[in-house]
Amino acid sequence: MNLSLINIEIGAALLGVLVLLAGLWTPPARRSMLGFCTAIGLTIMLALLVKQGMAVESLKDASGGYVRDGLAVFFKALFLLAGILVTLLTMGFANRLRTGGAEVYALNCFALCGMLFAASANSFVMLFVAIELITITFYVLTSLQSHRLRSLEAGIKYLILGAAASAIMVFGIALIYGSAHTLQFNLIADGLAAGHMKQLLLFQLGALLLLAGLAFKIAAVPFQIWAPDVYQGAPAPVTAFLAIGSKAAGFVLLLRVLYSAFQVQPDGPRLLEPIALLSVMAAATILFGSLCALRQRNLKRLLGYASIASAGYALLGIVALNERGAAAVLVYLAGYLFAIIAAFTVISILTPDDEDEDLSILANLHKRSPLMAVALTLAVASLAGIPPLAGFLGKFLLLRAVIEPAATFPWLVAVALLGVVASLYYYFGIIREIFWGSGQWWTEKTPETGAIKLADSQVVVLVVCLLGMLTLGVYPEPVLKLANEAVRVLQLAN
Amino acid sequence: MALVLMAVPRENRAVFRWGAILATLGSLVLALFVFAKFAPANDPTSINHGYAFVQTAEWIPSLGISFHIGVDGVSVLLVLMAAIVAFAAACCASGIKAREKEFSILLLLMTGGILGAFMALDIFLMYFLHELALIPTFIMIGVWGRGENREFAAYKMTLYLSLGALLALVGLIMIYLHYETFNLPEIIHAAQTNPMTTGQQGLVFALLMFGLGILVGLWPFHTWAPLAYSAAPTATAMMHAGVIKKFGLFMLIRVALPILPDGAQQWLPVLAWLCLGNLLYCGLVAMRQRDLNGLIGNSSVAHMGFVFLGIASMTLIGLTGAVMVMVAHGLLAALAFALSGHLHQQARTLDMDKLGGLLTVMPFWGTLLLMALLAGCGLPGFANFAGEITVFFGAWKTLPLITGIAAWAALVIGAVYMLRAARQLLHGPRADDAPRTQDIPGWHKLPFILLLGALLLFGFAPKLLTNKIETAHESLKSIVELYHKK
Repeated sequence: MNLSLINIEIGAALLGVLVLLAGLWTPPARRSMLGFCTAIGLTIMLALLVKQGMAVESLKDASGGYVRDGLAVFFKALFLLAGILVTLLTMGFANRLRTGGAEVYALNCFALCGMLFAASANSFVMLFVAIELITITFYVLTSLQSHRLRSLEAGIKYLILGAAASAIMVFGIALIYGSAHTLQFNLIADGLAAGHMKQLLLFQLGALLLLAGLAFKIAAVPFQIWAPDVYQGAPAPVTAFLAIGSKAAGFVLLLRVLYSAFQVQPDGPRLLEPIALLSVMAAATILFGSLCALRQRNLKRLLGYASIASAGYALLGIVALNERGAAAVLVYLAGYLFAIIAAFTVISILTPDDEDEDLSILANLHKRSPLMAVALTLAVASLAGIPPLAGFLGKFLLLRAVIEPAATFPWLVAVALLGVVASLYYYFGIIREIFWGSGQWWTEKTPETGAIKLADSQVVVLVVCLLGMLTLGVYPEPVLKLANEAVRVLQLAN
Repeated sequence: MALVLMAVPRENRAVFRWGAILATLGSLVLALFVFAKFAPANDPTSINHGYAFVQTAEWIPSLGISFHIGVDGVSVLLVLMAAIVAFAAACCASGIKAREKEFSILLLLMTGGILGAFMALDIFLMYFLHELALIPTFIMIGVWGRGENREFAAYKMTLYLSLGALLALVGLIMIYLHYETFNLPEIIHAAQTNPMTTGQQGLVFALLMFGLGILVGLWPFHTWAPLAYSAAPTATAMMHAGVIKKFGLFMLIRVALPILPDGAQQWLPVLAWLCLGNLLYCGLVAMRQRDLNGLIGNSSVAHMGFVFLGIASMTLIGLTGAVMVMVAHGLLAALAFALSGHLHQQARTLDMDKLGGLLTVMPFWGTLLLMALLAGCGLPGFANFAGEITVFFGAWKTLPLITGIAAWAALVIGAVYMLRAARQLLHGPRADDAPRTQDIPGWHKLPFILLLGALLLFGFAPKLLTNKIETAHESLKSIVELYHKK
């Protein structure tokens, strides 16, 4: 196997091990240096990736289970960027974890490694290993704040449900192998095209179970139950990473499985028709997330429901069954990255350990820290899809992809619009709380007014996220081009 | 310009106020220059036929979106009107005492956005810039608004207008998917040879009509408007009621009618009846208002009925009249809200029962209000009369029944509430506990004079308006012909 092909992944894993080792000899006072070093390491890897550039032709390893093409590179860059920002964000949070200090950076690196592999998976083995690497790391990360009951509870919930989802998925893979006699995506596609598939029912059942496992990763209805609890319980930096990293990994795998392996296309072999199923799921996901978020007052939980709705929007791009839709998913996720990390940075600074993260903690934020107020406001505005921010472009592209006259369902567009309007209601609730909130009106406690001091790393994260949201919103051309290049490997109709 | 202001420190309060005034004055001068020098390209073969000052730059080529601006005979008037109102609004913003920096930035953002939206020749750019102008409205009402229920007003307005904008966006995307470009002149050109099917057109037109209708306050989707205007700070109400609200109508004339003649045929009869809702229902609601801002807000929604009637008539004269009413009403709404804003600043209330005899205490203000109210009734001499009468002339040909009812509604109902307000506020006895009020001081008179002057100027010389619109006649005529050909 050509090791230079997976240099980025090896780098991420090595970095994790090195940080873990270095942590043994670093005095507690200087632990934050570790985070700094990790971030630098990841930045170097990102630079390396950018230097290698978009792979014009796709490179595969000998066994064909790993592929490095435009799509993979796009997602790898996305994951590395998320990894860097989350590491910086964790630096300001590390002293509240009360455990070690090195583990959290190392675990972030391991999860990142899993995501990087997921971006390149071209066989079901690679898919399963990558997903397990991500998920198992996140079980630990979620319950890392072991003195908080909620964190432990979230870890257990995620563990049990995640294990069940993995079991279902691996069973699905077994069924697919049983009927297709191969685990490689392109070979399965060839088999389907040639009509070699013997036990078709078995294959379809396997595909269904596999999709269920992936739907769990992206928290789509009806596999969304875990998301609000885990988002609420996990430490804020972990939630941020989970929200963008784990979800994006789910989407890249979904794109690959549906388009590369199952060849779901309007004019492809009509063995599988998961599009009707997926559109129902997308609609249900948007509705569930939006409606549950309406009356939610816990900030992290609210964003948990909102992230369910976001997954629903991104599913629209997959349902569209064209290159535009796939590219829209990529752009949407890129915009989502900046918005969600900015939001969770603010939350990680604001939320106290021992209290609920009620919306009222946002009161007076614009006086306590203008930067944080602006960042959170723009982040939720971007999530709500308001121009000129990144989220608007993403939603615009998704809508454009799904309003294709022929291929899709008008009611899906209507549901999406309904969801957007509902999302304005709850996102604006957050903005209202920042500027006009009166704190806990039911306890007559006056809200805090003291200024909040930000660590340098947190300022960097917020500024990067702000720039990212604005750039993507106002001058999206480079990212659009990259995304259009990236989805070409999926060989979809225009 | 807003970006420059952001760099100036907060302490320097006067800088923002004057910066905003100077910036809008700059826009006004530019708009006057454009107005004076307006000479559309007269070359029927060119794609830019009928447009002037066309500028193009690449923006997002992979989506077929470009930064493409230019003006034609319709938009040049709206740009001038918007610039006048923006300047007046910036002058009237002096009532804002808290966070002037942010307010000035938002006001300029709004001005820039809406001026750009009127000039844009790229549908995406149009929509984008309009949203840019719309969002500060929500924030301004929420932060600087007045009254108990400003939060509710801001919320309701946000939800309504976002829904409207989204519906319109879906319609625009469908147009884009058919023509594969956002370039407006190109689409209009292509629409003649390669129209969308009748069914598609009906759907898209309905989306645009109702989406944009919500933005404008088409009955029965108008309920956000009076609420929002009575909660909005003066400058915001002036800008939104006067200028930003016109965008929906502008887009209807500019995008929906020329591209979707079949759709228009299906839906304009509905629009004609709905506009009666605006004229009658909102007029009657305005009659019952005890609050001056509620009255102006409702009457401003009612006046939109004229524009809808002009559009629904689908005659050249009717469309010309619709544009004239848009310009006239923009100036009038801004004037009316500026006046009520001054009153609120002085008296801290707009309840007409508590006020009276103001003409003796505030002669200048009172005279202006009287003029504004009379202009609202459609008195000859004001631009509104010229526009409304043109709409009636146009609509009489195609929609005699509705025009008859509308004329009755406009003249009688309008006169009833306008004159009642005049009687209540300006004449009559002063209550003993009436709040002390002062007239508009010194240079603050300038914006009022400017707005009223423009109203009178266009009222006595409507040719200034029609001359410009005539240059767009060719495109308007082709719209009408396409419509009647079927």
